[in-house]
Amino acid sequence: MNEAPATLIGTAIARPDAVDKVRGEARFVDDLAFPGMLHAAVVRSPHPHARILGIHAEAARSMPGVVVVLTAADVPGENIVHVIVDDQPALAADVVRYIGEPVALVAAETRRAARAAVDAVRVDYEPLPFVASPLAALEPDAPQVAVPSAAEGGNLFNRMVLVKGDVDGTFAVADVVVEGTYETGYQEHAYLETQGMIAVPDGLGAIAIYGSMQCPFYVQNAVAKVLGLPLAKVRVVAAATGGAFGGKEDVPSLLGSLAALLSSATRRPVKLVLDREEDVLTTSKRHPSRVFYRTAARADGTLLAIDVDIVLNAGAYQTLSSAVLWRSLVTAAGPYRVPNVRVVARSVATNTVPNGAFRGFGSPQVIFPHESQIDLVAERLGIDRVEIRRRNVLHSGDRTSTDHLVRDSVGIAETLDRAAELADWTARLERAATYNRASRETKRGVGVACVLYGVGLGGKAPFLDKAGATIKLEPDGSIAVAIGTVEIGQGLTTAVLQVAAEGLGVPIDRIHLSPVDTSRVPDSGPTVASRGTMMSALAVLDAAGRLRERIERVAKAHRIAKREIAQRLPEIARFFWLENFDPAVEGWASTEPVSWDPATGLGDVYPVYAYATHIAEVEVNVDTGEAHVVDYVAVHDSGRILNRVLASGQVEGGVAQGIGFALMETIEEKDGRLIVNGLTTYRLPTIRDVPLAAAVDFVEALFPAGPFGMKGIGEVPVMAAHAAVARAVAHATGRNPTRYPLDPPRIKSLLGEKP
Amino acid sequence: MRIHLTVNGTGRTWEVAPGDTLLDVLRREGFAGVKKGCGTGDCGACTVLLNGRAVNACLVLAVKAEGHTVVTIEGVAQGGRLHPVQEAFLEAGAVQCGYCTPGMVLSAVSLLSHNPDPSEAEICEAISGNLCRCTGYVKQIAAIERAAARMRESQ
Repeated sequence: MNEAPATLIGTAIARPDAVDKVRGEARFVDDLAFPGMLHAAVVRSPHPHARILGIHAEAARSMPGVVVVLTAADVPGENIVHVIVDDQPALAADVVRYIGEPVALVAAETRRAARAAVDAVRVDYEPLPFVASPLAALEPDAPQVAVPSAAEGGNLFNRMVLVKGDVDGTFAVADVVVEGTYETGYQEHAYLETQGMIAVPDGLGAIAIYGSMQCPFYVQNAVAKVLGLPLAKVRVVAAATGGAFGGKEDVPSLLGSLAALLSSATRRPVKLVLDREEDVLTTSKRHPSRVFYRTAARADGTLLAIDVDIVLNAGAYQTLSSAVLWRSLVTAAGPYRVPNVRVVARSVATNTVPNGAFRGFGSPQVIFPHESQIDLVAERLGIDRVEIRRRNVLHSGDRTSTDHLVRDSVGIAETLDRAAELADWTARLERAATYNRASRETKRGVGVACVLYGVGLGGKAPFLDKAGATIKLEPDGSIAVAIGTVEIGQGLTTAVLQVAAEGLGVPIDRIHLSPVDTSRVPDSGPTVASRGTMMSALAVLDAAGRLRERIERVAKAHRIAKREIAQRLPEIARFFWLENFDPAVEGWASTEPVSWDPATGLGDVYPVYAYATHIAEVEVNVDTGEAHVVDYVAVHDSGRILNRVLASGQVEGGVAQGIGFALMETIEEKDGRLIVNGLTTYRLPTIRDVPLAAAVDFVEALFPAGPFGMKGIGEVPVMAAHAAVARAVAHATGRNPTRYPLDPPRIKSLLGEKP
Repeated sequence: MRIHLTVNGTGRTWEVAPGDTLLDVLRREGFAGVKKGCGTGDCGACTVLLNGRAVNACLVLAVKAEGHTVVTIEGVAQGGRLHPVQEAFLEAGAVQCGYCTPGMVLSAVSLLSHNPDPSEAEICEAISGNLCRCTGYVKQIAAIERAAARMRESQ
């Protein structure tokens, strides 16, 4: 499989989906309409925690254009949004646990009528004591937020541990010990397209859902549960999806369920599209974190032990928090050999919007600390920051923090060397020092960050790490491919087509890839964890291999030589049709077995890891506190790169999000309320905030079980970027930042601290 | 009330409410390539050309378009032929999810119609009001530079 002549693999095929997009013809969910379609709006809780005493919807029901108002009592199936733990209702029944929680639903003939009716629904609440801070929520007398069946006790959703070696003994004898407590805040996905779903009666008692999403099979499960339908009667189709970044992993299950409830009650199509403010206020974000991190090292810079305590603010319901926390746990050591490890990780319920997946998925919260700590060790020992990483990064034959012996595809050392070379590291440090001696108002700083990312779902959810595909040879020689992971902008369509063409040995322009439709392929797991392209490509290769054999058999019977097949495919396809050969093939892929022991946290937790090293140079204005990224180098090991333009696009976009996370993006919370109104007060990086001359490169440590040796890339860039930028700010200011974002007020206050 | 305007070269007469934005009305009338990203003028996804100038359609009341000329993304390609900016976006890999793309393309078309040889700083200025969460903007700059060169050559 990996030996195929790689004529298309690695080439920069242009994206076929981009043609509709540049013409404005790509159809996103809000561009779709169905005959008789109604519009939905959601009545939401204004309280962080309250008992619902009564819902009065008579006035709303009698308003012009209003067709139905639904509450929890109207849910025909289970009133649950199924994600991992079934604690979140589709519509709150007796208690609301966060501001913005859905309480009732309206469907009306127009969007305007639906919104007006929302204002006319009166809900009587008895406010309850609330808690918005995770540390306060862990106090014994804190208000009970968590649904008790979903918690390990009180508001503790999850507690996980990872223990290896003798941590206390090592700290007692180590040459150097450094510690810090690091905090990160909210990051909003801010996909340019807000969330939306349309539910449509699909005949014979079935329902179809069209929408903006990463995980059609999650939505299928959730909708089946809330309507009490068998899975076979729920069909989910992914519309063009305008960015996701994890934000459209679990939230579409809730929104799809709400649209489905209204469609089922009215027997009409129903569209639910959030406006920007509603989206920002009521959908998941990156978990705010507090991480205590202590590191022990030998005098030569060798890392000996880490002792880490992680607290994530989960929000009011579990959603994906246990999976996010697990990734924090197993990523806490970074890409380094650390023989003695203790990590305790907790996710805590608070009366705030449930947090979920965001590119990196619990890893950025530990990467900021692990990259800060290794710099502190270097500084204490007078070792160069690239050099200390060289001495500690994993090589083939080493064991990760979870005791996973890694053999294949361990490219972190090569990324580090290549990045240092591209950045001209030593000379760059000298140039910055020279600049800083001459400049009072602005200071330059250079930061480096190394990361590892376990590709796929790993030991926490191995049952999801699979994918299906079907390939059908049409009678005219064109080829239809269906897969189960979604194009969300990352370029999966193009990469999968390249792999299909390579696997079938036919020209790429003969092949069409249709949007994901759950009725066409088996449950292929979610489009998350940098797995979407890799898994669907494997499933497509599996199918392509068998269809290719069939095509070659038919060709041979008709005396068509192998080398002529690509050109004469229409003829061969005609023979398939005339002679009644089966032209369709199912493909399947699943990852190699993984292991994880919840008691120790140890195991071979992922099939493979992707790696990266980023180097950022920033300029900090010491008078205003503004930091600006002036130059950038990013080097990734994601195995074989299927398409360099797509891959570098992933890196450049991830770098921009990382800069946002490190320098500008956050949301303040006050009394359980998020202080934000959309994109006016949530500032995203613009073209002025990103390094336009970034150098992006790849080292390709091939993954034997991946398609043509590739492993995932999607999340890795953002993970490395924020830390490289934060450490560059540290270098420029001579201080150790411990809180994001490093916006002007924080940098000013940092500069006021003692170095 | 009724407004008369020219959209992508065709005269239109539309019934609008006083509070309708140009974005609302264009989308309602089938110009779905005009995207709504925020509704507050922050993201630029709804950029259209109003009398040749790039504006956020969400910040323009429909009644203010009376008598004016509007170009949406649907009017940028001439017949089956893509505009050089659209071609360059494809070739440079400047499109990911595609939601910001129509607005970004129109900002670039507007820039190049006034300034055939823009500097990098001028390109940045022209698309600084167009947010993109996917790409990091690098490939858009390359695309716009490529389109500018091609348009200069063909003149």
